[in-house]
Amino acid sequence: MNETTTTRDYDWWLLAIVTAICALGVLEIYSATHGSALVGMHTKQIRWLVIGFALMFVLSRIDYHLIMDQAPVLYIIGIAALAAVLLVGHTRFGAKRWIPVLGEFLQVSELVKLIIIIVLARFFAEVRTDELSLQDLIKAGLLVGIPLVLILKQPDLGTALVLMPMLVVGAFLAGLQWKHAAVIVLIGVMMLPVGWHFLKPYQKERVTSFLHPEEDAKGSGYQVLQSKIAVGSGGFWGKGFGNGSQNQLGYIPVRYSDFIMSAWAEEQGFKGVLLALGLYMALLLRLVQNAQRAKDRAGMFLVMGVTAALGFHVLVNVAMVIGAMPVTGIPLPLMSYGGSATLFVFLAIGLVMNVRLRRFVN
Amino acid sequence: MSYWFRNDNRLPQERLAAASYVIVGMITLLLLGFWKLQVIDSDKYGVMAERNRVRSIPIIAPRGRMLDRDGRVLVDNYPSFSVLLLRDDMAAVEKNLPAIADGLGLSLDDLKEQLSNTGALPKFQPIVIKPEATPADVAFIESHRADIPLLEMLMVHRRRYLPGGFMAHASGYVGEVSEQQIEASNGKYRPGDVAGKSGLERQYNDLLVGTDGMRRVIVNSVGKEMGRLSQQEAIPGKQIQLTIDYDLQQVAENGLGDKKGAVIALDPRTGEVLAFASHPSPDPNDFAIRVSKEEWQRLNEDQGKPLLNRVTQAQLAPGSVFKIIMATAMLESKTPPQNFTAFCPGYGVFYGQMHKCWVYGKKSHGVVNLHEAIVQSCDVFFYNVGQRMGIDTISKYAKMLGLGARTGIDMPSEEAGLVPSEEWVQRVYHHKWYPGSTISVSIGQGSVMVTPLQVAYVIGGIASGGEFKQPHLMKDAQNVGAKHVELAESTVEQVTQGMYGVINEAGGTGNSIKLQGIEFCGKSGTAQMMSYSAASRLGLGKGKNDGWFVGFAPRRDPEIVVAAVVEDTSEHGGTAAGPVVRDIVKAYYDKKEKKSQGQSTAQNQQPGAEQISANAHAVAEAPKVALKREVPAKVTQVVQKKQEPE
Repeated sequence: MNETTTTRDYDWWLLAIVTAICALGVLEIYSATHGSALVGMHTKQIRWLVIGFALMFVLSRIDYHLIMDQAPVLYIIGIAALAAVLLVGHTRFGAKRWIPVLGEFLQVSELVKLIIIIVLARFFAEVRTDELSLQDLIKAGLLVGIPLVLILKQPDLGTALVLMPMLVVGAFLAGLQWKHAAVIVLIGVMMLPVGWHFLKPYQKERVTSFLHPEEDAKGSGYQVLQSKIAVGSGGFWGKGFGNGSQNQLGYIPVRYSDFIMSAWAEEQGFKGVLLALGLYMALLLRLVQNAQRAKDRAGMFLVMGVTAALGFHVLVNVAMVIGAMPVTGIPLPLMSYGGSATLFVFLAIGLVMNVRLRRFVN
Repeated sequence: MSYWFRNDNRLPQERLAAASYVIVGMITLLLLGFWKLQVIDSDKYGVMAERNRVRSIPIIAPRGRMLDRDGRVLVDNYPSFSVLLLRDDMAAVEKNLPAIADGLGLSLDDLKEQLSNTGALPKFQPIVIKPEATPADVAFIESHRADIPLLEMLMVHRRRYLPGGFMAHASGYVGEVSEQQIEASNGKYRPGDVAGKSGLERQYNDLLVGTDGMRRVIVNSVGKEMGRLSQQEAIPGKQIQLTIDYDLQQVAENGLGDKKGAVIALDPRTGEVLAFASHPSPDPNDFAIRVSKEEWQRLNEDQGKPLLNRVTQAQLAPGSVFKIIMATAMLESKTPPQNFTAFCPGYGVFYGQMHKCWVYGKKSHGVVNLHEAIVQSCDVFFYNVGQRMGIDTISKYAKMLGLGARTGIDMPSEEAGLVPSEEWVQRVYHHKWYPGSTISVSIGQGSVMVTPLQVAYVIGGIASGGEFKQPHLMKDAQNVGAKHVELAESTVEQVTQGMYGVINEAGGTGNSIKLQGIEFCGKSGTAQMMSYSAASRLGLGKGKNDGWFVGFAPRRDPEIVVAAVVEDTSEHGGTAAGPVVRDIVKAYYDKKEKKSQGQSTAQNQQPGAEQISANAHAVAEAPKVALKREVPAKVTQVVQKKQEPE
């Protein structure tokens, strides 16, 4: 099957957009860390990006149908890995999320996100009806529910939440009925108080401080407040590269990772934000376009699963930076520093590329 | 190949298109959020970022020093560190308060109280929580910069006074400004600032106090200093030179010793204060940091009244010193005429009541004229003079000569004393003047009250032929108030001759303190605080007296006049206070002689020491300070107020 694909068939526009976003990320990581103890972080990030590109190309060469064939196996591997993490995982920053791979710590949940995209695509592709039956909807829910609970156990609320839009977008495209959607929303709202009960204290604090940020300026509202100050003080034109006081003096929390958009907005201003968010919009729209031109439903679901995950990341992370959503610890795809997250995004893009490469192949 | 994909290309294009719109909508919403922060509210966040980044730390201006007339340092400063608590973030303050209290060895309750007391002040104003940081405190602050970024050290200048309360009542003391002062100062004072609370520190506070500078530093998120911005240097306070002569001051301090009383030495030609001592006195060094409530209460309730500035605030009966005023009044009013004589059998009976002379029971003065009455301090002579003059004439001359009114010395809270009159007794006691009271007033008893400063001022003015110069401690004082009282040459001659006799004639009450080769004149006074009979009734044995002595030299146009009072003494004024006055006058002449021998060599070498100008009106040199003088209604004076050229 592979013999008929050519380099011409790669989505070069998509690659260009991805590269541009990565470049912004590397620049801002450099700016945020060059004067601190974390100096050199941008070269590590470049290393991850190179590995990511390589993995993307490798993954794009393996026919996605072959990959989806193995969905049940992947699913079991994913669940097993999550269970393993809970049993023998490495605890960092108060959560068991990491297992050591090749001298680096990798977050298993990032890999699981990828697996769930594949598994859901396979599941929805097998639904042959135009409308999604309640039965199938519940099945899909269970498929997502098991890893979701395991990830919540780590605890990693952010990653667990990312599984939800994959399910929602998949179900929507598989013909979700409006009445089902209404019922799910209703149940979801009713479950909110129960869910609140299961939140960890620090998670509750994040939500309350999101609702009342001025009450506790140095506690958990501090991060969001400092981020807003950084963004707001950047103004339209920005303070200039390496000149953001909030960034350079360390007022922005984890300014090279989760809050990198805050650092970028401070130094590059609204014009820089326009560029960055413009690129993200181009990326997401390009992904949807790839879904629209996919050869089959399986490819379409695969691409849209990736779109849902990345779109959700962008939305939650950027909204957090401007104080419009609580702090969840979700990084900004391709800009935030981080090995596992970067690899996940590139593998996800690899899946998209895979679908693209095979659109004319029979 | 699996069964599940068979070119199933029924793609839900409508729903995919909907996903595109959702993406565009989402990005648009996020951009709106950024627009709100970065364009609409940009200024607000810009200010907040700047407040984050920049920390302003005051640079305290040192207070001006005080020098004596020869440029010797009387009041100085020494550097010290205060611990500041930054209060921008009250939540963090409350959280860390126990750790701070523990680390600095402070009481948590006191800290909390201080915080609540300063609650009304703006949050960006740090408060001083420990005025004097120890090396351990410094180490604590430095090592906890990251986890307790609320503490800052402030270099301050503490006042250093000469030890043992030397000149303490003249210099006064400084203290932390009160909350009320801060509010009233229109932002000039910050918490922990120091201001003059009494004496010259208070009088010349505006001069002595400098303008604090500001150091603006960039701090990172854990409070570490990362760089400096502009620095506004502190402008030190102005150094002031006093008229005090350290050597004479020392003689005065030693002379009083642990006795309760006051000494004031003036140059009557200029009004310059050469020595100014009041005992007991607190050590103002104790106030330089922070006075505890208990210490303050103890000082206030002390029977010896150590906080009372006796030179300007003790209002005492002048005793026989008042006879000089009586003599002047008699000669000027010619009531009775100057050749009046009286017979002293040791007592006199006036208005049916016996009034003793001080020699009663031991001897009698016999027939005495004015000169003899002054020299021997005969009470009976002045009883007779007073009876003939009447209270209103006494009052008129006493007031004309400067009693019953503030001298206008450059010192806060001067008392005016009291000269009784018919009008006064009517106004205050609502009855007519008892003529019998005039007899007591004639010898400086009864309701007449003076301050030591007034005694020196008035006697100096009379001996100078009616030229009264406003007393002052500021060396370069401008517009020194001057008052001329028309006194007949013969009056001055006779009064000064009498006072010369007190010391230099056999039988004079101050005969024991004669000075070889100096025209030293004086008058003693022993004011009874209660009558002998009352004292013996109370079992106090001999009555408690206020012993006065006022002396000057030379006899005409004196260069120095010294008044001394020793309170609660069982001794006669000449014995209790006389030697102090004599020692100061002697020291003055010794120094003068030494200077003339060494010629002008030493005089110009003192840094900052300027030549004494005999006439303070004549020379204008900066910085000048206009004395504030209250103008008594009856006496005309030329007083101008001139502002500091700034």
